Amino acid sequence: MQISKSPWLLHYDASSCNGCDIEVLASTTPRFDVERFGIINTGNPKHADILVVTGGVNNQTRMVLKQLYSQMPDPKVVVAAGICACDGGIFKECYNISGGIDTVIPVDVYVPGCAVRPEALIDGIVKAIAILDEKRSKQLIMKQKTG
Amino acid sequence: MSLGIAILVVIAYILLTPAVGLAMEGYDRVLTARMQGRKGPPLLQPLYDIQKLFNKQAIVVNNLQTVLVLGFVIFTIFTGCIFFAGGDILLVFFAHSLSDMFLVLAACSANSPYSSLGAQREFIQMMAYEPMTLLAAIGFYMVCGSFNVSDIIAADVPAVMKAPGVFLGYAFILVIKFRKSPFDLATSHHAHQEMVKGLTQDISGRSLGWVEVGDLYEQVQMLAIAGLFFVWRNPWSYLLAFGVCMAIYFTMILVDNVYPRVKWQPMLAYTWAITFILGGGNFLILTMLKR
Ligand code: SF4
Repeated sequence: MQISKSPWLLHYDASSCNGCDIEVLASTTPRFDVERFGIINTGNPKHADILVVTGGVNNQTRMVLKQLYSQMPDPKVVVAAGICACDGGIFKECYNISGGIDTVIPVDVYVPGCAVRPEALIDGIVKAIAILDEKRSKQLIMKQKTG
Repeated sequence: MSLGIAILVVIAYILLTPAVGLAMEGYDRVLTARMQGRKGPPLLQPLYDIQKLFNKQAIVVNNLQTVLVLGFVIFTIFTGCIFFAGGDILLVFFAHSLSDMFLVLAACSANSPYSSLGAQREFIQMMAYEPMTLLAAIGFYMVCGSFNVSDIIAADVPAVMKAPGVFLGYAFILVIKFRKSPFDLATSHHAHQEMVKGLTQDISGRSLGWVEVGDLYEQVQMLAIAGLFFVWRNPWSYLLAFGVCMAIYFTMILVDNVYPRVKWQPMLAYTWAITFILGGGNFLILTMLKR
């Protein structure tokens, strides 16, 4: 069974300058109509399948990010949106930034750009959706093996 | 209604309702998208959603929640069974309140502020629409002389002829029941919720899937009760009732897209005012005519 047909999003701003946030929100507006792919912006980690993170990780957001990730039911994927989320970007050298979000949680899709373009983001999310299905089938195989 | 037919109808209800509910919700989402100038999801999207939910890991906050969610589903289906078997309409509304109570308790059992806030708002919603459901039941009794659905459908004239106010009042509270704007305070079917997810915030995976299934049954039977106002002895009246149900559903989607959400105080005020004026006014006229 495919779960990729109904990917629900959770967007978290780790320490973005808000440039990427605005683009993430823009891509969920009627103009881009992501609901075509069944995508819904839930805002609730317990209902989400895809975590979209913008901005690099700092000391204040590290724990929050970890907690959000752990509250999402499996299978789940993480999309790093914008160059800051990918590797720290322009803020990389700052004293409080520990780098991209992959320093805290595993990332499946990196979408670069400053700010990330809605088109690129939608492409990245569609890619993430394919990974969701892969993870699901792997899970099933694991389940069969362990009985 | 003979026992054999009643059992057949109940079985058909249990088996077919999910399909009807899914079709309704699918059209709802496509129509909503079109009203907003978008293409929208495929018609089968609600099915994909439920399918996915049953395939996700179940993160259960406590075991009680699972039991309460199942209680909600079972009593919702039970409510419909009473209705479609031609049972007592008063009992239908009571069983329906009970099922709703299970959902509220499930939300209360989680320790999250959003979830408890959603539960509180659901209570307020129940407080708002409950008087109208009671009036609807009494309205059927006053017009048809019986609380039994089987007698109501065998009446000489449709209930709406004598109780149009009660019908309109009931149609009004359906907006609350269908979790549509302006009254989607506790949680909503679409993504536009002001309070993350409210009632279903802490229900995830399979449990959420069950809540969705329960919702399908609930929607179909609430709409069927609205259709009951248009059914009388004539078999063609079922067609009329179906048409009316579709019209109500379309109006609700339109209202959902036109009005912004209101706070609970106006919701309570509007609903009770409508209940009092339309329902109460209708009763007054009926009693005066009877004299
Ligand atoms: S990638 Fe650019 S726009 Fe996005 S958060 Fe970083 S600095 Fe801001």
